[in-house]
Amino acid sequence: MKIKSIRRSIKGYYKETFLAPLFVIVDTLLFSQIPFVIAKLIDNGINASNQENIVMYGMQLLWLTLAMTVLGVLGGIFAARGAAGFSKNLRRNLFYKVENYSFSNLDKFSSSSLIVRLTTDVQRLQQVYQMTFRGAFRALSSLGFSVYMSFKINSDLAKTFLLAVPILVILISVVIKVAFPRFEKVFKEVDTLNRIVKENLDGIRVVKAYVKQDYEVEKFKSSSSKLENLYNKAYKLVISVMPIMLFCVFAVTLLIVFLGSQMVISETITTGELVSLVSYVTMALFGLIQLSGVLVMTIVSSPSFKRITEVLDEEIDIRDKAETVRTMKNADIVFDNVSFSYLKRDDKLCLENINLEITQGQKIGIIGSTGSSKTSLVNLLPRLYDVQSGELKIGGIDVRNYSVETLRDNISYALQKSILFSGTIKENLLWGKNDASEEDMIEACKIAQIHDYIMSLEKGYDYKIERGGVNVSGGQRQRLSIARALIKSPKILILDDSTSAVDMATEAMINKGFSHKIPNTTIIIIAQRVSSIENCDKIIVLDQGKIVGQGNHDQLINSNEIYQEVYYSQMKEIEDASI
Amino acid sequence: MPPFSHGHRTGKVAKPKYIKKTIKRLFSYFGSYKFRLTIVLLCIVLASTTTIASSIFLRFIIDNGITPLIGSVDPDFSYFYETVPKFAILLLCGVLAMYYYSREMVTISQQILKKIRNQMFEHMQKLPLTYFDTKGHGDILSRYTNDIDAMVNMLSQSIPQLLLGILQFIGIVSAMIITSWQLSIIAFIIILLMFLVVTILGKASGKYFSKQQASLGATNAYVEEMIAGQKEVKVFNQQKNVNKKFDELNEELAKNSRRASSIATIFMPIMQGLSYLQYVILAIAGGFLAISGYSAITLGMIVSFLQLSRNLVQPITSLGQQINSLMLALAGAERIFDLIDEKIEEDEGYIELVNVQVSKNGTLYECSECTSKWAFKDKNSLILLKGEVELRDVCFSYVEGSPILKKINVKAKAGDNIAFVGSTGAGKTTITNLINRFYDIDSGVILYDGIDIRKIKKPDLRRALGFVLQDTNLFSGTISENISYGKLNATDEAVNEAAQLANADYFIKILEEGYDTYLDGEDNLLSIGQRQLLSIARCAIANPPVMILDEATSSIDTRTEKIVQEGMQKLMHGRTVFVIAHRLSTIRNSDIIVVLDQGEILEMGNHKTLMNNKGFYYKLYNGLSKLD
Repeated sequence: MKIKSIRRSIKGYYKETFLAPLFVIVDTLLFSQIPFVIAKLIDNGINASNQENIVMYGMQLLWLTLAMTVLGVLGGIFAARGAAGFSKNLRRNLFYKVENYSFSNLDKFSSSSLIVRLTTDVQRLQQVYQMTFRGAFRALSSLGFSVYMSFKINSDLAKTFLLAVPILVILISVVIKVAFPRFEKVFKEVDTLNRIVKENLDGIRVVKAYVKQDYEVEKFKSSSSKLENLYNKAYKLVISVMPIMLFCVFAVTLLIVFLGSQMVISETITTGELVSLVSYVTMALFGLIQLSGVLVMTIVSSPSFKRITEVLDEEIDIRDKAETVRTMKNADIVFDNVSFSYLKRDDKLCLENINLEITQGQKIGIIGSTGSSKTSLVNLLPRLYDVQSGELKIGGIDVRNYSVETLRDNISYALQKSILFSGTIKENLLWGKNDASEEDMIEACKIAQIHDYIMSLEKGYDYKIERGGVNVSGGQRQRLSIARALIKSPKILILDDSTSAVDMATEAMINKGFSHKIPNTTIIIIAQRVSSIENCDKIIVLDQGKIVGQGNHDQLINSNEIYQEVYYSQMKEIEDASI
Repeated sequence: MPPFSHGHRTGKVAKPKYIKKTIKRLFSYFGSYKFRLTIVLLCIVLASTTTIASSIFLRFIIDNGITPLIGSVDPDFSYFYETVPKFAILLLCGVLAMYYYSREMVTISQQILKKIRNQMFEHMQKLPLTYFDTKGHGDILSRYTNDIDAMVNMLSQSIPQLLLGILQFIGIVSAMIITSWQLSIIAFIIILLMFLVVTILGKASGKYFSKQQASLGATNAYVEEMIAGQKEVKVFNQQKNVNKKFDELNEELAKNSRRASSIATIFMPIMQGLSYLQYVILAIAGGFLAISGYSAITLGMIVSFLQLSRNLVQPITSLGQQINSLMLALAGAERIFDLIDEKIEEDEGYIELVNVQVSKNGTLYECSECTSKWAFKDKNSLILLKGEVELRDVCFSYVEGSPILKKINVKAKAGDNIAFVGSTGAGKTTITNLINRFYDIDSGVILYDGIDIRKIKKPDLRRALGFVLQDTNLFSGTISENISYGKLNATDEAVNEAAQLANADYFIKILEEGYDTYLDGEDNLLSIGQRQLLSIARCAIANPPVMILDEATSSIDTRTEKIVQEGMQKLMHGRTVFVIAHRLSTIRNSDIIVVLDQGEILEMGNHKTLMNNKGFYYKLYNGLSKLD
């Protein structure tokens, strides 16, 4: 597993990352002295009936305890700080990274999976980070120190319990190796179960309308049972770790007491030494138990680890070149034999050999059936995706040579199914241009024919939009997104099916506004109604990723079969209406 | 549209409100495991006894085995040979008991969780739509995720650990008192101190923990919203601003999380410090007593007492550690029980839908196999399903006092095509939701073939109605599975036929795996239009006599729509159809066009009549008026 991309998140918290384990190590070092001092207290104090020694060793113990507590508290605070800082950095690095993703990067991850990675997974790693400090270092150092101390006391006896260590290590690693894939399966099934619930929540009307409750319940139950089985299988192994460990502790203790007692009797070692030896055995083996706890925790969270590195290691495929053009001379657009594929494969093209010239200020309409790649075509302009082959130039320069920021500052795009964010109308509009003046805003809203509606609201531009824009109608949402796109006075404006929920009269007024107020802006409109694009300077007819006709309305109506078909199906009714 | 709350849980830590009630109810799930749980409990007792025994063991050995023999030339080891194997057996039993009870607890708690989970889902399926309208989906979903997770932890870890802790505590304290009541008194003073620390730190940690959860919720909500709107962020070059806002939230979260976990982490060292303080005091005091010849205290006693006192820290610490997660789990359990207790959709209907055969003389015969004709079965009489739907004086409101529909009267003869036109909020969708009883009307009556729909069993009524909704809501599964959703056990031919009817066949065939292409919840494999075509095919396969199409073709371009329309025409033939559409082209052939405004019918008639009326419809049609 690649740890490098995650390690970067420690930045700024090196002090904590270093000090916390250091405190823990010193803390355990002191801790390992305790049985030793106690042994002396018993031998030289109690057994020797020496009150002075008792007090002396007692005071030594007291100081040790005090120092340990202080170190422990400090270590804990540093560990907490380090973990909080680490997760802050990790969360930020992830968020920034995702913010830098291109559209094709985003297509690889579903948004819900990205959300899980940035929320649940980060939280889990924060826990692991903290655990490593408190657990792993303590475990390792207590193991080390106690082994050292017991050898110091009596190397013959100490050797016996060293026998247990490799056995335990082997046991733990076997458990871990087998348990890990089982846990992966558990998490996968949890995802499935949650997906079923989510789909049922979203599609509850469909479920009810088709009377599919029983079917869905069965589906859920089968996933639920599967989860139960997988969970039991995974845990069956993990829970065996603790008893096995305890067994080793007990066995070694018994062995040492048995052998040690004979040594005491033959006066090879003292009673106190035997007692402290038992303490060291316990300490060492509990260190191992703790270590296995940390390992289990790490295993359980390793899918999170993997998911996070996936996000961090994702190669961003749209980047600025070293030398970028930062101004756009004009908005002339040239598609020179452009082909495009989402899969980046020449045999899976969704746009094929597109040749198209658009001069600044032109109004372009794009029409075509579902799946004819209309959106894919305009997505290439602001470099949401890169062309597979051919060249796309704006203002005479290949789009890949501009800085992405410049490109997108000059191109405004109202997406199909555009999203509004929670916040006031004003805040939403300012997305288009952060420093827009009140006048800019009102002007844009007037062109988009939404100003009057906004003014009719009690709070006007301060009206609060709820998450996803659910408290405005579809048509209002579309007009707000047009206004948002207009506000930065772009050189190129793209409207992807942005008026489908707006009535024809209003649409006509929006179009009139375009030609009066922003005559120099190149406007590209994707539409389903011929009436939306009828007056465009040039209309492109797309069919299955190819341009099958271009020209103005009059030319196309005479020459293009598909265009005629669409037009007559829509216009016939208008004629009928006027009868 | 019904009042919709996109409620998002902001991670507020809900404190359990009815702790006793919830615990009692949780325990009721354990009822059927009485026998197994008794054994588990016995095993826990055995395991904790073992831990205590291992400390006492030392005292036995030192006092009875070692001390008398020190210095003897020919020591008699028979005591060891007797005692050590006994202890070994006891310890082995303890270890086995521990394995057994951990395993049992995992299995039992997983079974209980499965039961609760299934119960919750099953119950959820029976809840009325108003529940889903008013509760945020995120809120409901979190009961299956966060709350169940908290319960997993509680059932498989917290409860056994607490039990073990309590048993250990009792055991150790008794052992201490038996060993030496004098030393016990000293020990108890410090134990009291420990409890004090647990309480104080526990409270503080609870406070900061809530704060941390609240800011975690806020940060996560922001992350969710921005990731969902990521394409907007890119298109508008807003990365910098979004990052800035995120940084603020993230910084606040880091601050709160630092505080919360600081308290949690210093808990252990403080407890440990206290435990060693106790250790030292006991050692010194014990030492003094032993030296001063106080006969009641032996060296072995001191040693095992010291060991006991150290073992005492663990149960107290675990109590402190478990209490927070226990509270969290109880709050989660409460929310789960809330869902399970939610009132379900009522169904007082008794009339069933059955398949029938019509004999030559016109009599109806019920038969289970044939699928061509349907009839309503009222006790013993059969009423042939024709597809007549009538709304009489229908009034409806989501919230009492703000009527959505006022005295609606519409009559659809069998085979009629009824269109609803009106702006957002006019009540178009609401009407269709009343016909299939997603919601119940306030007054008036809706008749299906002359029968009050309230008398028809809900599932049967809904089976007699086909629905194509605005949101397509396909499910994870193959395309074929999605189409056959409309009809159980549909054959491949039937699926194919339905897809052809909806003109979905052409794009399905192009896909690499055709009808077996797996659709994942939200992937971008299919366009919105293609998904719509699938949902139309899904409706077609069900072959219902009455169909409701709510903006069914809104996302399909007009050319494709034309292709779909051809299929739809075939599908609509001989059926009663209710259509809601923004695009007037879709509805101009309707038999009756109902123009709605703010819950009232403005005008009604076919296209020609309405155009001649020169009313609202005429204006709409000529683009003179707006729809929203």
